[in-house]
Amino acid sequence: MKLDGGQALIRSLELEGVEVMFGLPGGAILPVYDPIIDSSIRHILVRHEQGAGHMAEGYAHATGRPGVAMVTSGPAATNIVTPLCDAYLDSVPMVVITGQVPTGSIGTDAFQECDTTGMTSGITKHNFLVTEAQDIPRTIKEAFHIATTGRPGPVLVDIPKDIVDPRSPNSAMEWSDDVEMDLPGYQPDTSVDPAAIQAAVALMQAAERPVLYIGGGILKARAAEVLRELAELTGFHVVTTLMARGAFPDSHELCLGMPGMHGNFTAVTAMQESDLLIALGSRFDDRVTGRLDGFAVDAKIIHVDIDPAELGKVRRPDVAIQGDCRVAIEAMVELLRVQGVGEADRHAWRSRISGWQERFPLTYEPSVPGEALKPQFVIEKLRDATPDDTIVASGVGQHQMWASQYWTFDHPYTWINSGGLGTMGFSIPAAIGAKAGCPDKTVWAIDGDGCFQMTAQELVTATVENIPIKVALLNNSYLGMVRQWQDMFYDERHSEVFLSKDVPDYKGWAEAMGCFALRVDDPDEVEDAIAQANEVNDRPVVIDFRTEAREKVYPMVASGTTNSDLLVHPSQEDQPR
Amino acid sequence: MTVESEHRNHTLVVTVENKAGVLARVASLFARRAFNIKSLAVAPTDDEGLSRISIVVDGASAPLEQVVNQLNKLINVVHIQDLQPGHAVERELMLVTVTVEPDHRDDIVEKLDRAGGKVMSVGIDAMMLSLVGAPDRIDAFEDFLRPYGILDLQRTGRVALANLDEPID
Repeated sequence: MKLDGGQALIRSLELEGVEVMFGLPGGAILPVYDPIIDSSIRHILVRHEQGAGHMAEGYAHATGRPGVAMVTSGPAATNIVTPLCDAYLDSVPMVVITGQVPTGSIGTDAFQECDTTGMTSGITKHNFLVTEAQDIPRTIKEAFHIATTGRPGPVLVDIPKDIVDPRSPNSAMEWSDDVEMDLPGYQPDTSVDPAAIQAAVALMQAAERPVLYIGGGILKARAAEVLRELAELTGFHVVTTLMARGAFPDSHELCLGMPGMHGNFTAVTAMQESDLLIALGSRFDDRVTGRLDGFAVDAKIIHVDIDPAELGKVRRPDVAIQGDCRVAIEAMVELLRVQGVGEADRHAWRSRISGWQERFPLTYEPSVPGEALKPQFVIEKLRDATPDDTIVASGVGQHQMWASQYWTFDHPYTWINSGGLGTMGFSIPAAIGAKAGCPDKTVWAIDGDGCFQMTAQELVTATVENIPIKVALLNNSYLGMVRQWQDMFYDERHSEVFLSKDVPDYKGWAEAMGCFALRVDDPDEVEDAIAQANEVNDRPVVIDFRTEAREKVYPMVASGTTNSDLLVHPSQEDQPR
Repeated sequence: MTVESEHRNHTLVVTVENKAGVLARVASLFARRAFNIKSLAVAPTDDEGLSRISIVVDGASAPLEQVVNQLNKLINVVHIQDLQPGHAVERELMLVTVTVEPDHRDDIVEKLDRAGGKVMSVGIDAMMLSLVGAPDRIDAFEDFLRPYGILDLQRTGRVALANLDEPID
């Protein structure tokens, strides 16, 4: 069957099972937009290409299926660089298609030309510049295979205009349903070495102070259920990193919450005092370890990761297990069932942990009626007034940490955030992508005012495309996390962190974008506003919560210090550790 | 180059798909991860779909295992062979033009002959020489020539194959 390259591209996407894609057309990609009219794929027209990329990420986080974005060449490609890097650092499966100038013009500084594959080679799992129409189906198949297997990640496919434009002879191709991938250098290995599993189990049986250190890889491996089996079988406590919130239920008695720079005291301290860290799909990120030479110095390490380059990159493991987390945990569980969980005495450890939990819960000074809202209070009220499986997408900063700390994540794939890259403006487009993929779920974006101003225009997309997300804007008029650092480490000298008390008028702005909007100043109004927001399901909702700017995120491991120097809330400073 | 520093250097023989932009991917990975390249040689193989990149890595700049693991993540990298120092045949070609008065030519030519090199071109007060050898021998010959005055010099970077009695991984 004869097709042109553009038709072949869309057909290839359909064959990959793509139901939704996010994008914005322009000159070089224009020929591919024509066959979209006749396609079963729902195309969501964004207002900025960065939005398309983060929507694809949000979609992938929420559904587990690869997110797809398509944009044109040049400035569109540069605009989607941030989401590509974000997806690379958080291992999000995503396929991005960019237009390119015609093959004959490449290298001539043509209009809207940029070296897209060169620019993105360090921030994609792989990228392709396709030069023949005939290669399009194979390349798309390879792109999805690479994006979704092994350690997932973003793949970019750059498509010159002439190979998709039916007016160019270069676009002619012969369609075949049988295309073979040609990837001699790519064979991700998911199997695990039984001897390494046995060695890991032996360490687990002997450990007196074990901690399961859970990263985002557990979610990528769809391993939440078997993780719970492992935890319950062993009775080992669990910490879930920022990328793994929800991978183990927060309300489970073995869950210690989030570790790291703003982690729960107990999660941070249990890791620090542990004699065995079982790292499952986590990567010893600097935000988790604090100063590395003082991190969990007595702990032996079992490290399971599908990416061999993570094993020993930061901390040398005693047992390294390269492979899929689900396969590895299943093998551990099987062996532990046969051999038992060991005779080690863990009573003292359990009582130390419950002591920390009693003395150092997350805490803040409550809201006082008539005064500015406490952001933690708003999140608690929102948590209590929304369904258990609500998807929460956050931006980056103080609000992100409070959302991670104060929400109760009891289900996997309900927490979506930018962990590795820390991309401000992530939440609104990510929430839109999540809602597009899970239309029956409630999706709340928890955002800050700095973040909101970076990507708020995508609320227009949400309105026009009928994707009714809800946004809780924690508005303290400041770039709050930067202000917190200036408060703590720069003698309260505030440099370029104050945004504005009155501008923009968020309620008016949201209404102008077609949203239902409210402004809340008083703690007494919070519950009612959330109830009103929950009633509106035919358009996006924005609630402008006016919050206290002096509030700080506690606990905190200051930059350059070890996790043993964790700063706790001032009211807990006198507690014995 | 001291013996000690030579032992830190590993030669990685990286077989890659012969596709546009592959060398750039390898080079930019080294740059981004702050791995140091001591020398680099790229050439086609007997299989036209594959090229071979011989990279000498300064083992002190990064753990070799991490370099190999990161390189392996490049989709176009098909195979990596780590040739341990002293367990491979390593060769490099040097072309050098050296200032030399007619009186001193015999000294140089004699030494060159013993090293297995050739005189490629002779001018009024200069000679161009070529020498193939193990990298440390090339270093030594370069040191020997330096007092005469080196006008121009080019080295290829090293290529290597594992010793025949060494198991190939």
